[in-house]
Amino acid sequence: MATAKVWAILQQRDGELHRQSRETVAAAQELATLVGGTVDAVLLGSGIAPLAATLAGQWAVERVLHADHAALATYTPGAYATALAPAIREEAPAYVLFPHTYQSVEYFPRVAQQVGGAIVSAVGSFRLADGAIQWTRPVLGGKLQADVRVKATSGGATLASIQPGAVSADRLRAGSGVAAALPTTALDSWKPDREILGVESAAKEEVDLSKADIIVAAGRGVGGADKMGVIQALAEALGAEIGASRPVIDNGWLPRDRQIGSSGQTVAPKLYVAAGISGAIQHLVGMKGASCIVAINKDPNAPIFAIARYGIVGDLHEVLPALTAAVKEAKG
Amino acid sequence: MRIAVCIKQVPDTESRLRVRADGTWIEEDDLPFVINESDEYALEEGIALAEKTGGEVVVFTVGPARAAEALRKALALGAARAVHLADAAFQRGDASSTGAALAAAVAREECSLVFTGSSSDDLSYGATGTVLASALGWPHAWLVMGFSLEEGGTSCRVVREMESGKNELLRIHLPAVIEVQAGINHPRYASLKGIMAAKKKPIVEVGPGDLGLDPSAVGAAGAAVELLGVHAPSAGGGAQILPGDPATAAKALVDKLRNEARVI
Repeated sequence: MATAKVWAILQQRDGELHRQSRETVAAAQELATLVGGTVDAVLLGSGIAPLAATLAGQWAVERVLHADHAALATYTPGAYATALAPAIREEAPAYVLFPHTYQSVEYFPRVAQQVGGAIVSAVGSFRLADGAIQWTRPVLGGKLQADVRVKATSGGATLASIQPGAVSADRLRAGSGVAAALPTTALDSWKPDREILGVESAAKEEVDLSKADIIVAAGRGVGGADKMGVIQALAEALGAEIGASRPVIDNGWLPRDRQIGSSGQTVAPKLYVAAGISGAIQHLVGMKGASCIVAINKDPNAPIFAIARYGIVGDLHEVLPALTAAVKEAKG
Repeated sequence: MRIAVCIKQVPDTESRLRVRADGTWIEEDDLPFVINESDEYALEEGIALAEKTGGEVVVFTVGPARAAEALRKALALGAARAVHLADAAFQRGDASSTGAALAAAVAREECSLVFTGSSSDDLSYGATGTVLASALGWPHAWLVMGFSLEEGGTSCRVVREMESGKNELLRIHLPAVIEVQAGINHPRYASLKGIMAAKKKPIVEVGPGDLGLDPSAVGAAGAAVELLGVHAPSAGGGAQILPGDPATAAKALVDKLRNEARVI
């Protein structure tokens, strides 16, 4: 059997690599070690051949493959799939790893559908078990982890997206490979079916939470816009900014510029108090850089407790007023 | 205009989940099931558009007999009729086999626009709607936070979420698949009149044969990915839980924050 090829798809915008691109290459190197395969990095874009050549001189990969075409100048799922699907059919990689980003997850299932590949998104870890790769990913709002495997009979490539932080970019092995162009003829006749009209900020006013020292964040567990008083009182006592997880924003309990997580702001305060937040991955990616995380939740199995330093299990409407009083007392 | 809305019935993730003794999945017997959250928003988007354009909504689901309850709710909210891929062969698929089955069902109803949620709250692959779009050969957008039909009705304007709080404004030509995010609109509640009317609306059950599909190409048999089991997340060290009544726990926490973590 030929050596398995493991591909790492890089994400770039205007020639700048997305921060998860290096993590994806590191993940591909680790996967290649497990399956005894070789690693290729793949870069899509317009005018990116020099970047591909630079990267080929830095990383321990076989090749940095690049699809360079005007139709790839700005990301659209149709053009990206049209570039990648023929390349996968031609080169037959066994594994194609993507960074788990809003961009990759939007288009990679389209590629998988076109090449008859398996789809495994949001991978947190992987290992070799009984001669096959077993992928672990969160399910049921992060309350449980699922182990999945691609059937031996499936035959096609496995396309998987790797969660941020699953494999640290620090583990990326340096070395060198060669840059090589992928054919882009399929794109010559590609007719765009999705036009980009512009990019705008999601929030109306910008509140910059990234500089806050202390954040008190509200989750679904708060229970309503009229019940935010306990959050406000604790934030005032601590001199903290108020943030929130997505359901709070979607329900209109707080404005969108308070949202923390993958579609909101990324924060790294010294103290983060998560109240009534269960800890879905979309929220965790936005706040796990906090130096000290406190979780208050009535569900002792909430995933937030796994990354918190301190926790109180209980009803936040009882715990927060007690905490506010204790803070005030301590501060005199 | 005929609008398809694809929904999934999922366990209520707010309820207490217990892993089955054999570890393969969760105990479903006493579990409350609900319409997947982002699919509720997809339903609202589809029904509101049908009202505005004088069109109709056909709602689709893949799921066992219990999923008819989700379809009935969609009918009460304003969908005209429902297609239920209830056959045992369709069940326990992956994003690929479920997306392909839905594509065949949608194509059979000659819909020109599909709304669905961006991700299910149970398996959360976030991929089924995209497979559906690809199988139909239609463009799509994922994580949609704004939608409007453009004049002439042959294209739509879409607001797609990007990372870091940015949105991308797009024009997409129809037919298309629009995968919405929770929060795009304010889903309505079913009215008593709607609930009564839903009782007379048809739910059509279809099997693989009706869609021209081989039973071995759909559901679990047609899936490339198999679920081996579920388990609790390994606590990464885990939180130090401060015990006692709220006042005691709060005092202990403030003490830790001041003297151990030194953050206040």
